[in-house]
Amino acid sequence: MKKLLKKITTFLSVYYAYMVEYRAELILWVLSGSLPLILMGVWIQAAQGGQFGLSPVEFARYFLAVFLIRQFTVVWVVWEFEREVVEGKLSPRLLQPVDPVWHHVAAHLAERAARLPFSLFLVGLFFLLYPQSFWIPHWFNLLLFIPAVAIAFVLRFLTQYTFAIFAFWTERASAIEQFWFLFYLFLSGMIGPLELFPEGVRNFLAWTPFPYMIYFPASLIVGLPVNVGQSFAAIIGWCVIFFIINRWLWKKGLKKYSGMGA
Amino acid sequence: MTVILVENLSKVYPVADKEAGLRGTLLHFFRRKYRSIKAVEDVSFQIQPGEVVGFLGPNGAGKTTTLKMLTGLIHPSSGNVRVAGHVPFNRRPAFLEKITLVMGQKQQLLWDLPALDSLRINAAVYGISDREFKRRVGELTEMLSLEAKLNQPVRKLSLGERMKAELMAALLHQPQVLFLDEPTLGLDVNAQVSVREFLREYNQRYQATILLTSHYMADITALCDRVLLIHQGHLIYDGGLAELLEQFAPYREVKLELACPECETAVLESYGEVESIAGREVRLIVRRDQLTQSVARLLAELEVLDLTVTDPPIEEVIGRVFRSGVVA
Repeated sequence: MKKLLKKITTFLSVYYAYMVEYRAELILWVLSGSLPLILMGVWIQAAQGGQFGLSPVEFARYFLAVFLIRQFTVVWVVWEFEREVVEGKLSPRLLQPVDPVWHHVAAHLAERAARLPFSLFLVGLFFLLYPQSFWIPHWFNLLLFIPAVAIAFVLRFLTQYTFAIFAFWTERASAIEQFWFLFYLFLSGMIGPLELFPEGVRNFLAWTPFPYMIYFPASLIVGLPVNVGQSFAAIIGWCVIFFIINRWLWKKGLKKYSGMGA
Repeated sequence: MTVILVENLSKVYPVADKEAGLRGTLLHFFRRKYRSIKAVEDVSFQIQPGEVVGFLGPNGAGKTTTLKMLTGLIHPSSGNVRVAGHVPFNRRPAFLEKITLVMGQKQQLLWDLPALDSLRINAAVYGISDREFKRRVGELTEMLSLEAKLNQPVRKLSLGERMKAELMAALLHQPQVLFLDEPTLGLDVNAQVSVREFLREYNQRYQATILLTSHYMADITALCDRVLLIHQGHLIYDGGLAELLEQFAPYREVKLELACPECETAVLESYGEVESIAGREVRLIVRRDQLTQSVARLLAELEVLDLTVTDPPIEEVIGRVFRSGVVA
């Protein structure tokens, strides 16, 4: 147990140092996540002209929440993993008595910690420029928001890492992620709140993993109505499904990798 | 007790062939044709604890494939492998803790951080305590003379220093069996020498077994008493380095400086095979069993200012073995 704790703290602290090395890039990465803020402007304009179910201020809060959730759930494991496989860097990692995925998990978590100050600074700046949009979420929603974002990250990581494993069969596994990202973009609530979709579509989407990656936590913190129990059950279910597929593919993939010469 | 046991090891790869041109590309896309390539065929050998064995062969001979099978990265097509009592391909932690693989071209240190940070990760991976970590880092730093380099970002290190740091990361868990694939590749002569000396010291201090490949014969002559020669997937020689030279180089090179430059080639040829004549400098290849006689005659019959006898370069000898393909 003590050894495990030591492993975790060492991994996190070293990868934190690694992420902090790229100070300038870190700020750019935070800013590159500003698509929700652009969409916010578009929707506020639209809401001023017509009926969209949400008021301009509600749109502002929603997209600010989306921005924050994206900051916490950005995942890039497919690109890193693909490079490791293509360049053969995975091989030395496989000869260590620890699953290589923990390097990626540690890097992602450490990066969260490194970008947190910038993200919070931007949120503060936003409230300063647009004070009407400031709100204090209900404490209970805030309490649920934290695990919801955490699981959203887990699901996002699991899906992308599952696609990443296809690098064992195809040199460009990231193409799968890019295709998937299109659906993620439109169906997760990043482009706009799912209230805007017809009810039939929304009911269908509830069965997919997408709404739980952004729309569900965003609704929680903004205070839009959501079915909390059903949403948590669905997201955990999707995590389990992707975890099983992931481990199965990993075993198959390793066999394939070693067959082709590692 | 044998630490590395290899019996009838073979590896066959499927390779997809593609013809050049658009037609070939389309065919390759829709109907990929595979053919089998035998990378390693029926190789057997044993290595005892503490041995340093050189693994030689031209590019593509099957050295790296064999090393990968010995470390468990790839599964043999057939045959039997045991390393430190384990079947490598299972990659059990107890096995992984006993071995290391260093590939000269592939680095595992985190590029933008000081090497010490990567070492800390490795210490955590192998469950090395803080005290033990400090002791080992101190010891290896001294052996590799890397003082004050461990706190610099890896990208700021010279190639030689980086290779040493890589070695340090690979050896932090004190493995018993070292697989080294071109550990001195691209290093300058000084760095090569210090890596070589370090490996020798490591071998003596920890009684570690080392199997290494290198294109620099100096690595092999300095470190290995025994060599394995692999050619087109087959093991063609397993034995002492000295015996190999004895067997394949029953020649000596005799270098002469003559007083008179106008010596006729025909005259010189009666002493041995003339390799080159450059003014007064003559190089002769003489069979070893005739060496004494030839040298005595040279000194008696010609006016010789200087005479040296040397072994032909080992690269040439090995090259001759590979060209002939088969060891008698």
